[in-house]
Amino acid sequence: MRRRSLLLLAMLVLGTPRPAPTWAAPALVPPSGATATVPPVDASVSGDAAIVRLLRRITFGPRPEELARARRLGAPAYLEEQLDPDRAGLAEPTMNLRDLPTLTMSIPALLQAYPRPTPEALRRLAEGQMTPEAYRASIPPDHRPARIVSELQAARVLRAVESQRQLQEVMVDFWLNHFNVYAGKAAVRWYVTAFERDVIRPRALGRFPDLLRETARHPAMLFYLDNWLSTRPDFVIPVGPRAGQTAGLNENYARELLELHTLGVDGGYTQGDVREVARAFTGWTIDRPNASGSFVFRTRRHDPGPKVVLGRQIAGMGQDQGEAVLSLLATHPATARFIATKLIRRFVADIPPPELVDRVASVYQGTGGDIRAMLRTIFAAPEFQAAAAQAAKIKKPFEFVVSATRAVDGHIDARGGLALAHAAALIGEPLYGAQAPTGYPDRAEAWVNAGALLGRLNFALALARGRVPGVVTGLDGVVAGADRGAPAEVLDRLLARLVPGPVSPETRAVLTAQLNDPRVTRLTSDDRVAADTDVATLVALVLGSPEFQRR
Amino acid sequence: MSQRRGAMPSTSVTRRLLLRGSACALVGIGAAPQFLLRTATASPARGRVLVAIFQRGAVDGLAMVAPYGDPAYARVRPGIAIGPPRPGQADTARELDGLFALHPALASLGPLWSNRSLAIVHACGSPATTRSHFDAQEYMETGTPGVKSTRDGWLARTVEALPAAPSPLRAVALSPFLPRALQGDAGAVSMQSVDAFDIRSDPAGGASRAGFEALYTDTVDRWLRDRGHETFEAANTLRRAGAAKIVPANGAQYPRSPFGQALRQIAQLIRSDVGLEVAFAEVGGWDTHVAQGNERGQLANRLREFGAAIEAFTQDLGDRLADVALLTMSEFGRTVSENGSRGTDHGHGTAMLIVGGAVRGGRVYGRWPGLGDDARFEGRDLAVTTDFRTLFAEVAERHLGVPAPTALFPGWSRSGPPLGLFG
Repeated sequence: MRRRSLLLLAMLVLGTPRPAPTWAAPALVPPSGATATVPPVDASVSGDAAIVRLLRRITFGPRPEELARARRLGAPAYLEEQLDPDRAGLAEPTMNLRDLPTLTMSIPALLQAYPRPTPEALRRLAEGQMTPEAYRASIPPDHRPARIVSELQAARVLRAVESQRQLQEVMVDFWLNHFNVYAGKAAVRWYVTAFERDVIRPRALGRFPDLLRETARHPAMLFYLDNWLSTRPDFVIPVGPRAGQTAGLNENYARELLELHTLGVDGGYTQGDVREVARAFTGWTIDRPNASGSFVFRTRRHDPGPKVVLGRQIAGMGQDQGEAVLSLLATHPATARFIATKLIRRFVADIPPPELVDRVASVYQGTGGDIRAMLRTIFAAPEFQAAAAQAAKIKKPFEFVVSATRAVDGHIDARGGLALAHAAALIGEPLYGAQAPTGYPDRAEAWVNAGALLGRLNFALALARGRVPGVVTGLDGVVAGADRGAPAEVLDRLLARLVPGPVSPETRAVLTAQLNDPRVTRLTSDDRVAADTDVATLVALVLGSPEFQRR
Repeated sequence: MSQRRGAMPSTSVTRRLLLRGSACALVGIGAAPQFLLRTATASPARGRVLVAIFQRGAVDGLAMVAPYGDPAYARVRPGIAIGPPRPGQADTARELDGLFALHPALASLGPLWSNRSLAIVHACGSPATTRSHFDAQEYMETGTPGVKSTRDGWLARTVEALPAAPSPLRAVALSPFLPRALQGDAGAVSMQSVDAFDIRSDPAGGASRAGFEALYTDTVDRWLRDRGHETFEAANTLRRAGAAKIVPANGAQYPRSPFGQALRQIAQLIRSDVGLEVAFAEVGGWDTHVAQGNERGQLANRLREFGAAIEAFTQDLGDRLADVALLTMSEFGRTVSENGSRGTDHGHGTAMLIVGGAVRGGRVYGRWPGLGDDARFEGRDLAVTTDFRTLFAEVAERHLGVPAPTALFPGWSRSGPPLGLFG
């Protein structure tokens, strides 16, 4: 028990965010001298439709109590709470996270407790003397490295389902995807816990340049994009399995830094820039990857000498060169546009409206990449309110699974978190499982092909019937008070509760027609006993409906 | 000629009818004569199928199909070269033609070589010089090396270039995501399992399935309506055809691996006559930077399972193999020389296999550039002497009957004679 209390304490301590910036926030008036034009808050934003619209985008599906609170406070005040959850005192589900000890463990502790295969084991595996299954079976379940990622997945789902800090969870999801790392690539498995906990979470609602700087130096990113191997051309490896070999430049991280993290593929850089950036980051490597797993700069590996990136001389020497590149990229107009575009794609529409991109990019430039300021601009924008943006986005599998659980008043524990993570993987989005650095796409076409759609429908059925382990649904509460012998009334309550927006007449008609199906209304053959609506089937149909696939 | 999926009513036959296997094609006729209608529905067309297999991770063609007869080979691969065939010994390569031998782990494909069902194209690959797995796969799947803005995949364009067919299952990927190669307007479907491709766990006995279908048929959400249409058409077609109940024939035994099971299920789709024309599966684990092994080891283990799956597939299909061409591909090959970790790094040219159809097997196609220092690409890799588009276009044209295969690869024009894979 005491150990668990310590863990809890550690969780709370580690969960403390960085100190707030010293300049004034959260006024919507831009700092003087900035060129950003932030539109004033639209008075109609406090309309009820606008509240529902906002909550559908900043949460993983609003729960009734959240809608009620937003109606009470008004949308702008509710948004401010979500943008600064510490100040608002919003709760995190720390109690349930006790079952997941790896979440608070350091990289060295994880490497020790969940050991990597020994060189001997690797040799036997390579030579076919031992099958991978036999190797896995030889390690006690509590010490298998796969557990680390399972716990991460379960925790992420748990937070998304249970946390009051919904916008924070949405932004953690966004940044983990933007700075994607693949847990299945060798050592990343042991590094990604710290990556999320120490780099992404504390800064998800902070400033982009901070995120950029910390991701660049984190072992998870250094390993995933191979920068830890990158050296000056003539460097001879002194120790280890490749001792005596000449290493050399590895451009992988540099390329993705420019293409995916900052400027974007059309950001105006050349292959020459990629090479120069790669040279700047030589020496950024990992100290004892299997024991310490921490960032270290090794001068011997660094490619010294002048570098020119995007037409600018890179100042400084050694590690400062990489830092200078990061500063250059973080303040570049193309980065402002690229980040603005991605945020708008996440919150408004698959095709971001160009004028809104311009305005949000201005805010980026005027505020030094302040994420809160950009989000405020987006949610106050007429484009966000516009009808065309309504229900414009298809929920990705993770969003779908979480929103379905929240819609049926679901509550989960760690086991439920894992089951839901597994469900999301089956529908196409294994968490921490995107192999390519582009992460998961944010466009509709990627997510709804035939197999995935069937997966969503089958998940809806399983959830509605209470067949997802570790997930407790509150269906009775959802239809509380409705007369189950009056199917039309049950349907009305279900729709009002499950779908926090307009339901098309077509969908309502189909669902009403279902009520005539005796398998749904459970009319008995002699018709003397009153009908008893099969709520679970109706719920499944609603969760699988076209409306529910969108937000 | 491209047909938007979802615009085609599934039960109507007032659009084109194509009777494969007969010389008859009725084009643009408003209402087909009754006797032809009966014929069309009485014997479902059994057409040609292309099965594309992507070996993701850059497979070492120089180990798969070892050029043991090239003097440089063993010299620069002291730990990992495949030795010359030694008849009578265990784990020995299978002689092909005096220069090349099949990796011993691919012995299961030996009979296919002997009966001329297996052809090989070596030193095959892409003109693009990238050594990024991700980029090179993108280039090969879109069929536009060097270009990242291509919207659709070459297999999707291939399907669209074929005469329109009413089956919702004409293009199927056995994978969780629709691969880049099949993205586009072909209405391709991806599934992880034929068995599971339906609405499950339905104690209300069908109420949910009918309800879901109605929701997606009647919705005003046009995009989701089309996706729903594809989905239910495919699921209904599969169920009616009883594809999941088909068991492997002729004693075929597929490995239990995901790839083995993918091929087993592709065979189910073929044999259940659901109208499959293009299938896709992928298999990973080829990125052997460290401890690659030689006749035995990591790569050998992978190849063994790979070959066994293909061999089982050919057994399962039996005579049907004449209509089915299986084509393997990989985004690039691996370095000619061994590296310092007894493995190989990213290379350039590699080997691709063609099995079945009317292929003239028992031959290694393409010009062999040699492995000498001056013959290598950038001084380190097997050069590419056959552009992958030449191979893919020839298969699309000669096996599937695509009329203008160069159109499948925007920006490419054929140079040089065809490989002659199909005579």
